[in-house]
Amino acid sequence: MSPAQWDLPPELCCRPMAFVALTGLDVVYNAIHRAIWDAFCANRRADRVPISFKVLPGDHEYPKCRTKRTSYEWYIPKGILKTGWMNKHLNLVPALVVLFYELDWDDPQWKEKQSECATKVEIVRTSLQGRNTKVAVVLIQKKTPLPPGEDLVASERASALCGACDLSGKSLFVLPHTDHLVGYIIRLENAFYEHAQTYYYNEIRRVKSHKEFLNKTTHQLLFVRHQFKMGFFSELKQDTQNALKYYRTAYSLVHELRAHETNMLEIKTMAGFINYKICRLCFQHNTPLDAIAQFRKHIDLCKKKIGSAELAFEHTAWMSKQFQSFGDLFDEAIKLGLTAIQTQNPGFYYQQAAYYAQERKQQAGQLCSHEPGVGYPAPDPLETPSGALDFYGQRPWRQGHQSIDPPDSEKEKQGILALQVKERDVLHSELVIALLSNAVAQFKKYKCPRMKSHLMVQMGEEYYHAKDYTKALKLLDYVMCDYRTERWWSLLTSILCTALKCSYLMGQVKDYITYSMELMGRASNLPEEQKSRIEKNLIKVLMNEVPQPEPDCDLASVKTAQSLWSDRISLAGNNEFTIEVQDYVPFVQCKAKFLYPSFHIDEPVQLHVYVRADCPHPVRFSKLCVSLSNQEYNQYCLLEDASKEKDILETSTQENMCLVPGKTRKYCFKFVAKTEDVGKKIEITSVGLMLGRETGRCVYLNWRGGWGDAASSHETLQASRSFKRRTRLPEQQVDWDTVAIQSSTMIISRVPKISVQLTHEPPALTNEMYCMIVTIQSEEDTVAKDIKLTAGLKPGQDANLTQSTQITLNGSEVCDDSHPALLPDIPLGDLQPGQKPLYIHCVSTGSRILLFHVAYSVSATVEGKDINCKCHKDETVTLETVVPFEVAMKFVSSKFEHLERVNVDIPFLLMMDILSASPWPIELVNSEVLLASSMTPIDQPQSQVEGVTLQTSECASECFLLKCPPVQNDTSTVASGHYFISWKRKSAFAETSVVRTMVILPHVMVENIPLYVHAELPSFGRVRESLPVRYHLENRTGLVQDVEIGVEPSDAFMFSGLKQVRMRILPGAEQEMLYNFYPLMAGYQVLPQLNINLLRFPNISSQLLRRFLPSRIFVKVIFFRPQIKNNGRPCFLVFLVGPTLGLRYLTFFFFTFFYQLSK
Amino acid sequence: MFHYTVHTSLDVVEEKISGVGKALADQRELYLGLLYPTEDYKVYGYVTNSKVKFVIVVDSSNTSLRDNEIRSMFRKLHNSFTDVMCNPFYNPGDPIQSKAFDSIVSTMMVQAC
Repeated sequence: MSPAQWDLPPELCCRPMAFVALTGLDVVYNAIHRAIWDAFCANRRADRVPISFKVLPGDHEYPKCRTKRTSYEWYIPKGILKTGWMNKHLNLVPALVVLFYELDWDDPQWKEKQSECATKVEIVRTSLQGRNTKVAVVLIQKKTPLPPGEDLVASERASALCGACDLSGKSLFVLPHTDHLVGYIIRLENAFYEHAQTYYYNEIRRVKSHKEFLNKTTHQLLFVRHQFKMGFFSELKQDTQNALKYYRTAYSLVHELRAHETNMLEIKTMAGFINYKICRLCFQHNTPLDAIAQFRKHIDLCKKKIGSAELAFEHTAWMSKQFQSFGDLFDEAIKLGLTAIQTQNPGFYYQQAAYYAQERKQQAGQLCSHEPGVGYPAPDPLETPSGALDFYGQRPWRQGHQSIDPPDSEKEKQGILALQVKERDVLHSELVIALLSNAVAQFKKYKCPRMKSHLMVQMGEEYYHAKDYTKALKLLDYVMCDYRTERWWSLLTSILCTALKCSYLMGQVKDYITYSMELMGRASNLPEEQKSRIEKNLIKVLMNEVPQPEPDCDLASVKTAQSLWSDRISLAGNNEFTIEVQDYVPFVQCKAKFLYPSFHIDEPVQLHVYVRADCPHPVRFSKLCVSLSNQEYNQYCLLEDASKEKDILETSTQENMCLVPGKTRKYCFKFVAKTEDVGKKIEITSVGLMLGRETGRCVYLNWRGGWGDAASSHETLQASRSFKRRTRLPEQQVDWDTVAIQSSTMIISRVPKISVQLTHEPPALTNEMYCMIVTIQSEEDTVAKDIKLTAGLKPGQDANLTQSTQITLNGSEVCDDSHPALLPDIPLGDLQPGQKPLYIHCVSTGSRILLFHVAYSVSATVEGKDINCKCHKDETVTLETVVPFEVAMKFVSSKFEHLERVNVDIPFLLMMDILSASPWPIELVNSEVLLASSMTPIDQPQSQVEGVTLQTSECASECFLLKCPPVQNDTSTVASGHYFISWKRKSAFAETSVVRTMVILPHVMVENIPLYVHAELPSFGRVRESLPVRYHLENRTGLVQDVEIGVEPSDAFMFSGLKQVRMRILPGAEQEMLYNFYPLMAGYQVLPQLNINLLRFPNISSQLLRRFLPSRIFVKVIFFRPQIKNNGRPCFLVFLVGPTLGLRYLTFFFFTFFYQLSK
Repeated sequence: MFHYTVHTSLDVVEEKISGVGKALADQRELYLGLLYPTEDYKVYGYVTNSKVKFVIVVDSSNTSLRDNEIRSMFRKLHNSFTDVMCNPFYNPGDPIQSKAFDSIVSTMMVQAC
């Protein structure tokens, strides 16, 4: 029997569709017939009715119908279901036979054709003798038929044809062969479908009608059979709901059958079939839970029905198949849109199927291990006359037998033997692996990585059993790292053991070594003696010898393995292996560290390597080397076995190279760093440990980064959490967990032995040449050479600061933009402690960081090596810059009234206030006004603040008398010019240069005035003494002006002159008006007001003009005649007010003195 | 063999924990119920708030242990485990070597058999 014995028959697994036979079509030679056939069978989409069509010749012989039984009284059924039955109704017995016949209604030979057609129908009817199969006729016509009822000939002939062929009108169809063939065909097949449904409906009724003849004692098998048949017919009828009902009944009936050893297989087979149908329909009805429940029930019911103990493997095979086919159904349903979940997916069923397949293999191994002499029985008991079974699930040597005991015990034995022998040849592992890989695919889909790994382990083990070691190793190797990262050491150990066996049997040296190393180490939980055995084997391999075979291996395979190993030995070369440790957990651990995170160039770099082994016996290594990022140092970090003896077991003097289990060994390395490496990092790129000998076979364990394998990071974490107190270990021994990792170190320059001092007076003032004195003092033992100073703005600050800071060594002149912000490498020569003044020019305020970098070189001796060390020292200082003073400017009239705008040709004053904001005294060296062309000084402008020293918050003021020449327009804004202040810090610390600060004078509005009025009067008057006042009116326009002048009366004065006058002033001319005022009262008196009215310029008010005239005058009491003569020029005097108030200011007054008052 | 069963059951545990939203993590039921059915064993899971996982594997044929019994077994186990953790000399992550814990586990095993 082939493994396919357990496969479900295809007719069971397909979707049953109504079977309709088409006759009278010549699809080979007739193009029209071909087209019709193609329209029937090509492109059947889901929306077409479910019919399977077949073209049969007109005289096709259909299966004969047995004569119908009238009574079941003496009938004893021989089995449940005939093997051919399903196929018969799917493919052999049609529900409808359709006869195609070419005949037009107006055919000239109508009569002949009609009778020919009738004959053909008769032939079909005869061959369907006894069947209920319907017959229908389709007339293929060339002409498009007229609408029904219109063609009288047609209807008449149609009824005639029906009569001749003994057909009902419903079974005659017309197929016009026109453009709309597919449309006609679809209508035709819908009609066929209806006929087919009626046929199957009748069949169901026919089967049902048998029921009343059956009795429960002898016809139990028939109950099952009939229910199954009804279910199947319902499916053909596409009535799946009823089909499910029938199948469910059939299923419960099948378990009611009396089961014994002889018919167990038949019952199980049928139960399996029916179960399959039920599950399939449940999935189709989108009730997967019903399907699962049915399947569970099925399994629970059948699990214990093992049947013959000698054929127990048949049961497991059947169970496996049940699970597999359910898995397939489930998977198919998922493909059609069902959603499965993690805990309920086809994978579980495949897994279980695989599990049963494994069990089958075991049972087969036990039951089929016959003596070699036992062969296949001579007359094949499995041979049947027809080559196939009559009933599903029966034994070929006793078909149809239904009693409890086998009819012939000898035959039975032979049959069982034959089955067992066949089973022996089954490739069980293949089956198991196929199922497992199915399950793996499913679990992968449903996010079960661990389940997947587990199944892959099982697959690997199965491959191992199947002696496909390469595949086994591949799978095991793949999952090993998962278990390693999850730290399931027990599982990893078992996988490693299998892997080790595989690698041994294949003679894979590198894999063998790798797995051995891991099995010996801390990750494996093998017992000590196993570890010890593996270690001995490993040592053998390293000595290029054949290792002992692994236990529990197939003897034949061991033989081939041994020869493989000896071949390996004789093979020269390729005996050096490198194992990257980070992927494994080998028995040797390593930690490499630098003693400190940084080393000065003038001290040796120290490196410690800790090595520890967890194997049961001491192990010797032959080389330990450290690779560093700068490979030049590697030569200093190498430990090699000096003795070149072949035997690695021999105790040499170098105890150093032997690792004692559980003890940590420390190896120290030392080297002097190169001066080029100052400021660079040295990293441990890897640590290598060589086991074995280069002359024989050697393994090179490589720790990337100097430490750590697949397990160490977690161990380190665990150790760091641990409360355990470290027990004090004797000298030279280290506790492994306390060794911290330091895998890189910095080489830093020598500590400088110089001092850098800065002397200065902060804060700096804006624009000033700020002096800083740098003092460098050497404290070196030897000569400090090539001292270089870099001074200036520390890089990395605001870019604006770089623009606004200039550094120079020359303090005698003010820097400009061409000076850098950082002066690099100012050579200072050798050794001599020196001072260096430095000037900084800060253009903007704010704080800035200045850097003073002193570099020099000095020679030193380290470990007997002379090295030239470069040292440097940095000093930074934060410098605040402030504004030295603020200058306020304003324009005032000659009466010290604030002016919004100035008038052409009329003198005014420009006033400057200089307010010191500097914490240090400032000396104002000079000041200067550089007027713009639009302003002219009235006298020589001379600085009034020259040589003045301002303390903090003091203010100095000065003013200049100016006037504006005429302007083009009536009013315009003009620039005034610049104001320069030359100043310097008054400091005893260092002589600083004079700084000239420029202030831009404000713009001012200049206005033309049409009439200028000014008065000429004495500086004071006397009571009752005539006071002559002369008013001058100047016409400043090019027009003749009409002026009205009136003098208002005043209480304090009497006056003579024109009280009210109207006159004309020619362009550019000046009119003089003389008044004699006669003061009546003493003191400050308001002069009589002069009202001037310009008739041409009504917008020039008298108020505006009055601004030019004095409004008051001081009137004295007469004592004697005054002698002061007013020369018309203002006089400036300096007042110092209230030095004690703390607020000193200089004020310049324009004043006329009365000596009477000063008394 | 059981190691594999327990190990694979972690797939379901992981899925169940991740299924619960972060916000609900505090009110999460610690008992996860039946993790997945196999032919021979029933695997139950329990996850503490600190993501310590307990797994109990019961023979399929054992019908005396219902959901409630399993739940109370887990509770007991959890309490005992908490006691172990509270031991200041216990270092989390090390294998548990507590007599009290062992005896609790073995009494549960005896009861279940």
